[in-house]
Amino acid sequence: MKMAVETATGTGTLPQIKGVKEVPYDELFVSGHRTCQGCESALVMRHMVKAAGPRTIVLGSTGCMYVANTTYYSTPWVVPWMHTQLGASGSAALGTAAGLKVLMRKGKLKDEKINVIAFCGDGGGADMGIGAISAALTHKEYDLLVLLYDNESYANTDIQLSSQTPWGAVTTFSPTGSERRIMHTRWKKNVPGMLAAGHPESRYIAAGCAAYAVDLMNKIRKALEVGGPTFVHTLDPCPKGWDYHPQYSQELGHLAVEAGIWPLYEVLDGVVNLTGPTRQIAEGRKKRKPVEEYLRRQGRFAHFTKEDVEHFQAEVDKMWEEWLIPGVIPFTIPQKDVTLLNIDKKKPLHATA
Amino acid sequence: MAVAVKTKETSEVQTEQLMTGCEAIAEAIRLADVDVMAAFPIRPYDTVMQAAAKLIANGKLDCEYIVADGEHSQFEIVKHACAVGSRVFVGSSGVGWFYAFEAIAVTAGLRLPVVAICGNRALDDPGAFGTEHNDSLAVRDLGWLLPWAETAQECLDLALMAWRVGEDARVSLPVAIGLDGGFLTHSQQLVSVPTRAATDAFLPKFDLGDRLLHPDNPITIAPQVDQDWLMEIRRQNDAAMRRAIDVITEAHADFKKLFGRGGDSPFLDEYMTDDADVVFFGQGTLALPMKVAIRRLRAEGHKVGLVRLKWFRPFPTDEVVKSLSRFKAVGVVDRDYSFGSPHYGGVLYNEVRSALYSREQRPTIVGFVAGLGGREIDQSMAREIYEKTAAAATGGLSAGDQCHWIGVRE
Repeated sequence: MKMAVETATGTGTLPQIKGVKEVPYDELFVSGHRTCQGCESALVMRHMVKAAGPRTIVLGSTGCMYVANTTYYSTPWVVPWMHTQLGASGSAALGTAAGLKVLMRKGKLKDEKINVIAFCGDGGGADMGIGAISAALTHKEYDLLVLLYDNESYANTDIQLSSQTPWGAVTTFSPTGSERRIMHTRWKKNVPGMLAAGHPESRYIAAGCAAYAVDLMNKIRKALEVGGPTFVHTLDPCPKGWDYHPQYSQELGHLAVEAGIWPLYEVLDGVVNLTGPTRQIAEGRKKRKPVEEYLRRQGRFAHFTKEDVEHFQAEVDKMWEEWLIPGVIPFTIPQKDVTLLNIDKKKPLHATA
Repeated sequence: MAVAVKTKETSEVQTEQLMTGCEAIAEAIRLADVDVMAAFPIRPYDTVMQAAAKLIANGKLDCEYIVADGEHSQFEIVKHACAVGSRVFVGSSGVGWFYAFEAIAVTAGLRLPVVAICGNRALDDPGAFGTEHNDSLAVRDLGWLLPWAETAQECLDLALMAWRVGEDARVSLPVAIGLDGGFLTHSQQLVSVPTRAATDAFLPKFDLGDRLLHPDNPITIAPQVDQDWLMEIRRQNDAAMRRAIDVITEAHADFKKLFGRGGDSPFLDEYMTDDADVVFFGQGTLALPMKVAIRRLRAEGHKVGLVRLKWFRPFPTDEVVKSLSRFKAVGVVDRDYSFGSPHYGGVLYNEVRSALYSREQRPTIVGFVAGLGGREIDQSMAREIYEKTAAAATGGLSAGDQCHWIGVRE
């Protein structure tokens, strides 16, 4: 067998990265793919394996990061990689982790830490594969990470809406027309919050964005280091699906977070920790930007009227002003019960973090 | 649950116990030292998962046992466990098998030797628990090897054969053993259980070689190939299926040498055919009532026998042609349907006709659809099948009257 590339991160331990200068030099996701210019999901792939290191197996479910990413004879993957079906990221991770575990226990494979990461898009993860991901997150005996790269549509098949497409956005299944301005009237599913709330034995669930690269890599590393079944969800601006010039991908990632639409956070052993600008917003050190700044930069919202923007803003405001944990857990508590539950919403949420 | 009414040492290599078809498969799982299995409940296959769980609970099997969230996940889990080098087992029945269909298709495409059972069950709707072969048969074109068992003994034997043949580098294809729901999954029979040492002599360790997914072998599996390469890859699967005929023959010979079972042919089981004019042709537990009927018909002087097909895929064309060419007429009994097919016949019927088409000397073939939904094929039905087939042998049936439904209330 050939030896995989040697790197500084090949020891099996994944310390937190303190700054951009500490990011590993080695690239484990290289040229050979044909993703679009400005593809933020491809950047997520690159950061993901960079953070994980070479002793990693990656399972990729159908979607952009399969079809555009992995062409026969020109694979960009330096680490071992295998395709899995659209709704199968959870099962792929589970089967791979279970196989490695038993083979090492029986002495059929050298006993070592091998990271198992299965990725899926928003269609494969939040729609079709949510059941299998949920099942995987209940198996605390296996070490695995499911990464959901969310470009907010079935972008590989022609930009059709998914349960992660924002309210009102134009997709090929929700065009704007002379009779109906808004075809897509469902609000985005809160996937990381739902998974964190519903899977008590998953030790680590996080929401990140490649526009905050070090933050994202540290989340990947923390997920792999704490062990058991873990989940990371990234929001990935998509020039093709969101209809903007490819040079603005990073900027739109920043705007989504700064407008409070995509809060960055992690839940480690049930403790919520807001990260990056999201934390600054929650602590009152930074003002949330109006969602209009984010919406008006994208062609998919070009048909929005003033009322549509106001509706969008009102829904995002609700996440911050009414939710039990802003941007994470969507329940509200009657004022009379706030003391009862010992929650003072005026204080920072993460005093102990 | 297995009730071991007696365990007797029959030889140095095996002992005899009373068990159901599914329990016999569970014994094979233990003997093969399966690494990963994934379970999900659906009758009637699931008693194999119950039996295996008990083996694990009692410390007789060291295996990752994952209760999945559905059949699709079940088959995906073992597919991926197999890709990192695990010997795996999985199974389903009826509509559960269909729920897994996407995973079933890609497993064959990936050339991963997953071993499964399909506890054959009628497809919904309307609901029925009993045997029909349409669940297994739905995968017939995909690259799964499809043997069918008649007895609990054959369940155990075919399971060991399945890992041996499927994992053989010349084949490397998944195998799904057909077990007639109820009749075989749940009926107890005496079974000779090989010892672990004797099993090891028959079944080598699983080795994926340079196809193993591991950081020391950083390959990319199943990238997008499009029209550039897919045809060549399909051709490789075709070649593997063709090679399976010889690999099954080899494995059958070794098995027979070690355990003294399996009959003369790996592919066909013939019963009272030496001087027969007319034979029944079918697969699975159908053989039992047909054998009884044959003995009764022979007592009346009719020259009738049975040819039972043991492997549907790869279809043993040469053996089938060689065998059936000896008779005047063949009554193919399908425990399946294929609506709108040529002559409105069953799947097996059209396969047999196709196999014999180019032969100058070929028997008259009559098709029968019988025993659907687990309906018992009784002696009057067997006699009707015989009479129609015998009439065809003497030209008593017209060409437009080739396929018959047996035992249907009109």
